[in-house]
Amino acid sequence: MEKIQYDYPALYSVPHRVHVGVVGSGDLEVLLEPSPDSRAHVVVNTSVDGFGATWKNVLDRFFLRFQGAASIEINDFGATPGTVMLRLEQAAEGLRV
Amino acid sequence: MSTNAASRLDYRHFLERRSFIEMSARERVRAVLDSGSFRELLGPFDRIKSPWLPLQGIVAQADDGVVLARGTLDGKPALVAAIESAYQGGSMGEVSGAKIAGALERACDECSRGRLILPVLLFETGGVRLQEANLGLAAIAEIHAAIIALRRYVPVVGVIAGLVGCFGGMSLAAAMCTRLIVTRQARLGMNGPEVIEQEAGIEEFDAQDRELVWSVTGGEQRYAVGLADDLLEDDADAIAAAIRNAFREGPAPGRSTQIERYVDLLRSIDPNQPPDGKSLRTLWGRTPKP
Repeated sequence: MEKIQYDYPALYSVPHRVHVGVVGSGDLEVLLEPSPDSRAHVVVNTSVDGFGATWKNVLDRFFLRFQGAASIEINDFGATPGTVMLRLEQAAEGLRV
Repeated sequence: MSTNAASRLDYRHFLERRSFIEMSARERVRAVLDSGSFRELLGPFDRIKSPWLPLQGIVAQADDGVVLARGTLDGKPALVAAIESAYQGGSMGEVSGAKIAGALERACDECSRGRLILPVLLFETGGVRLQEANLGLAAIAEIHAAIIALRRYVPVVGVIAGLVGCFGGMSLAAAMCTRLIVTRQARLGMNGPEVIEQEAGIEEFDAQDRELVWSVTGGEQRYAVGLADDLLEDDADAIAAAIRNAFREGPAPGRSTQIERYVDLLRSIDPNQPPDGKSLRTLWGRTPKP
């Protein structure tokens, strides 16, 4: 089990919390909430060790388009990068409803 | 039985129905409660999660796999607890078990003061979470006690939709419900097929034999021998309607109070010639509820 943390710059605040996903096989849970400051913070708890560079690639790409000041907690149970991106997009979409 | 699952298939209805089985625990709770009344208790952002799983290298889910919500059913105050099967097989740990037990105990307190709360349990669980062992078992015992206390005031309605089913200590919780609703995709049993095969040998029970497994633990069989009260299609609206219907009948003594009846039913079985699923239906049949 590994815990990875990243920070990203942000342009706007997020209006409310969003929860998506499940800590099930090949899946992940995303908890997105307003950040205490004007930056975005990501904490990844993953059951699979040694994929820090892959996580950074996925998150870098997500934060090219997402600029909300969100604290994001990811609880991962071996999701592929594609699934991670889909769950992150789903959480971002949840901010618009 | 509100909907006859064995009746001729109406394809338009089949295509238009909302699958309950495919819903997550949270979606199921929303589907059951009156529209717009869902208010979650101890949700994921409260982060009341298992302290034990991370110590064993397992990532914990923020709600420990149990969704608790207050809301209404036909405008009356209700409490719905749902177990998320995708997380650790819907297993009951210290926290997830305590969430259900605590909520039922609170509901019982309210009921004892004359403020009725309608309790609904959406089971989808393999039973105790082995990583949390005795703490999970203790929580399950508290759930049992709470159901028994609560059903004096109000029906406790259980649903097993599938696909995980309901096993172990939680199968006892399901059996204690005043009314138990199942689908044909549900399974109900003390030990799951793999456990029986592992402990008693493949001659006793072949867990790969799907026909055998479903003829013993399947929802249709459990309904046919009177161990479940409603057999429904995998239809969220039908399940929500059956739950409302169950509360119209008021509190009733559960199966676990009918000791003589079940002792007689057990006596009707010859252990030297154990019945298969089909002959058990002939033997026990569906007897009218006393």
